[in-house]
This record gives sequence, C-alpha cells and structure tokens, in this order.
Amino acid sequence: MLEEIVIAGFGGQGVLFTGQLLAYAGMTEGRNVTWIPSYGPEMRGGTAHCTVIISDEEIGSPLVKRPSAAIVLNPPSMAKYAALVRPGGTLVVDSALITERSGRSDIHEIDLPAKDIAADLGLARAANVVALGALIAATGVVQLETIVKILTSRFAARPEVLLANKRALRMGAEYVIKIVA
Amino acid sequence: MSKELWKGNEAIAEAAVRAGLQAYFGYPITPQTELLEYLSRRMPDLGRVFVQAESEVAAINMVYGAACTGVRVMTSSSSPGMSLMQEGLSYIAGSEVPCVLVDMMRGGPGLGNIAPGQADYFQLVKGGGHGDYHSIVLAPASVQEAVTLTYTAFDLAEKHRAIVIIAADGNIGQMMEPVIMPPMREIVTGDGGWQLTGARGREHRVIASIGLEPEQLEAINFRLQARYAAIQASEVRYAELDTDDADILIVAFGSAARIAHSAIREARARGIRVGLLRPITLWPFPSARIAELTKRISRVLVVEMNAGQMVEDVRLAVGSQASVDFFGRLGGFVPMPDEILGQIAAIAARSPAAAPAGAGDLTGFQKPIRSWQA
Repeated sequence: MLEEIVIAGFGGQGVLFTGQLLAYAGMTEGRNVTWIPSYGPEMRGGTAHCTVIISDEEIGSPLVKRPSAAIVLNPPSMAKYAALVRPGGTLVVDSALITERSGRSDIHEIDLPAKDIAADLGLARAANVVALGALIAATGVVQLETIVKILTSRFAARPEVLLANKRALRMGAEYVIKIVA
Repeated sequence: MSKELWKGNEAIAEAAVRAGLQAYFGYPITPQTELLEYLSRRMPDLGRVFVQAESEVAAINMVYGAACTGVRVMTSSSSPGMSLMQEGLSYIAGSEVPCVLVDMMRGGPGLGNIAPGQADYFQLVKGGGHGDYHSIVLAPASVQEAVTLTYTAFDLAEKHRAIVIIAADGNIGQMMEPVIMPPMREIVTGDGGWQLTGARGREHRVIASIGLEPEQLEAINFRLQARYAAIQASEVRYAELDTDDADILIVAFGSAARIAHSAIREARARGIRVGLLRPITLWPFPSARIAELTKRISRVLVVEMNAGQMVEDVRLAVGSQASVDFFGRLGGFVPMPDEILGQIAAIAARSPAAAPAGAGDLTGFQKPIRSWQA
C-alpha cells in the first residue's frame, strides 16, 4: 500500500493541519508516514500545500512529482495539481470555491461543495475536514474511525468543535458514498 | 515507548534536551527557526539556559564560553549563519572544547534562499574556519536518525573534545515523521581536569587557542591531529542498501540518499541492479568501505544537492577502480526520483554488464551536469 497525497489551498484553510491528521492516522494504523509542508515565504491568504506519504514500505523521497491523490481547496491549486494526479488517482475539489474541472477521464474527480457543507454545519472553517472525509471514502487510505479518535483527543476540551468536525468528516464521506451508490 | 509524529527541527531540539543539553545560544533563521523556538519554551521550563543572541557571531562565542565550563552546549543555524560562525568554530577547535552544532542547510551562496540544499559540505567537512582542524559531521536522512544522532552527538563531542555538527537540510528540518524519543538523561557534571569551574582549592586552568611559540603551537597541532586520527579510526558510520549484487553504486547523503533510495527501487523493478552507500559521518568519511565496494562495482554515481562536493571525497576513495559520475541539483532544488533513475539508466546503457535489455529506454532525462570517467 502506497498513497502519495497532496493537500493544497490558501494559507488559513487548514491544509497543513489536514495533512497532519492524515499522517497521524497512517502512523496510528502502523504504517510508515511522512508529512512535508511547502515553507516558502508564505502568509495568510497565500498558497500553501503539504505532501503526505503513507506506505507499508520504508519511504524514500518525501516529495513526489505526481501524487496518487490530491485535495485542492482553491483555484491556483486546481490549476497546478489537476494535471499532476497520476492516472487512476483521486482528485477532491471544493466546488464551492473552484468552478473549473480537470476535464480528465483517467482520474476519479470528486467535486463537492465542501465549504457550503461545512457552513451548513455552522463551522465554515471545517471545509478541509469535509474534503478529507471525501478523500478517505474514495481511497480508503486510512479508516474514518482513526481520524475520529485523533480529533477526539485533539478537541477534548472543545466538545462543540469536536462535534462539528466529526459531522464534517462524515458529511464528506457520505457525499462520496452517495455518488458511488 | 510509543511512536509520535515530530517535525525535524523540534525533534532535534527535544533529543538534545534529553541528551542533557544545559545551555543553548542561537539566532533565528529559516529553515531552522522552529528548533530555537522550541527550546525557548522548553529550556526555561527545565531551569536550563536559553539565550537568543544578537547575532550568530555572538551565539557561537557564547557557545565557546559555555563549552569551556564543560556543560553540554549547542547552537543551531542555517547556511548563512554557519558562515558567520566559522571564526568561533576555529577558536573552539583550537581550544579543544566540546560542543554541538546543527546546520539546517539551505540554498546558497550568499543569502540564497530557504529551500533545502547540501552545498555547505566543503565548509563543514573540510574545516570551514582557519587552521588545521576537523569537526565530526553527522548527516541524518530521517527525523528518527536526526534524533538518534543528536542524542549521541554530545557523547562524541565530549569523548574527543571536538566539535560535532549535525548536517541536515531544510527537508529534514521541516518534515514530520514518526519518532521514538530516547529517554531523558540525568545531567552529569564531572571534572575531566580541563573544565573552567572556578579555581578554589586547586591550580588555575587556562583555555585558549593561542600558541605564540611555533614549538608550542606545533605540539598543540600534533595533539589535535592525534585526536582526529583516533576519530577516523573509530567513528566512521555509514548505511548500505542492496550493495551485495549491485552493478552500479550510488553514494549520497541525507535527503539526496532518500530520493536515491526511491530511484533504486524503481531501477531494480526494471532489472538494473543498483545499490546505495549512504555516509552517515561525512567526516570521518567512509573511504575504506567505498574503496572495498568499488573493487567489485565498476560504476559509481554520486548524487548531491550541490554542484559536486562530496564527489571529490568519493573520487579519492575510488581512485582508478571505477568510473564516477555526478548528478546534482542546485539552488535549493530537490531532485526527484525519476531524474536519478534517468542517470542510472544512462550509466547502465553505457555499461553492457549493468544493462538489461531495454535499460537504455529511460535515457533522455537531464544529462549529468558534471561527469568523470576513470
């Protein structure tokens, strides 16, 4: 098992945190993981991305040219990564913020209005978690329950934030399951 | 002991704390700053010394002062900051006091950029400051290895009364990986007969790097050279992957070695037998092992994130036994596995023994920027 995932968007959308959640989950499930951020001279509102690798084998390069999956949360990231996802890979697009489509028939593109779904839950900032739920449902890279466990310990002191995040994760996953069904 | 996800910079800082770090002096610079930031909280919490100095020049001289008292002391920086520290390092080497440095290398020369690089090799490995001296240079290729090497760096520094440098790059500093942290050590204070601890009740001691009379200074130099000979005899470390049946040997350190590892996997899947020798100590350099391996392996490819620095040490070790090619990316570029795979394929195609049918199909990648044929 080898997944090489890029998560990209604006600074402040939680792309680095989303990647850390995924890496934590992979590690918790006993796999090798790496998480590496873009760390240019960046700022809130600028672009940010991270690469997460989850593998049964020892991980060589922590960077990849062509990821097996990507979550894109803003138009510049869509422009960059839509073409780079490997054939047969998965592209999760927040269609509430991105009007373009990849136009590729050789990848699984999942367009879901993550920001709108999160806003309906009363936590607009959880769009990243909605998108993560979709990615996990589409790829099975980790178990949703593992993410829930990590969120539970992370937000132990803030039950309302935890509840919203758990719902966001489930809504994202259910959106994908509905498409497939 | 369970695995935790740690960012390289913070993991190194925590490993140093657990090794018994008593004093840290530093100055912020990307991509190393989280190391200093972490210690700015952690050290005062433990009642230990943390000072953000006014410059790297000040920081290394504070390290010098603390090292003279025999405490476990460290600083960290990135390439331009390391340049500023070279004078202080020469003085520390001449004074034979132990200390630990971390260089989270970035793109150079000059102010360069903050992307990962390996172009400080010459500066770190060949001395850097003036005079005949060496630092022990350790090059981790993962966050776990950075932790392990940092934890042992203080012991090495004290054992040989030498400078130990952790030579990593921005990738290692910024990356998160699972780590098992070593246990917290007791701080041990002892008197080895040289530390400046206050002369009450004993003869006073002097630590200096000055030796005005050539006879005196030559004697100091002979003593230093004896230390370096002992280090070369006992502290060489390296890791090997798939060298047993290899037709082509890659030599690479740190991040470049990880990327080479990915390329080697791909090459083997295509039937090209490639192995990896990864120096963990850049000084002392694993010359003897490279010489031994190249008695049998006739093709060597050196991969670095610089214009070709370690390759000179590889050539010295190889002599005329094998051909040595070089591939590097510069200015903060991190090579991708397929670029290295292209180099492997080109070498395999040139050498009938190493090339299975179709190996040459992978050519057409970037040409080696420098190449040497034996």
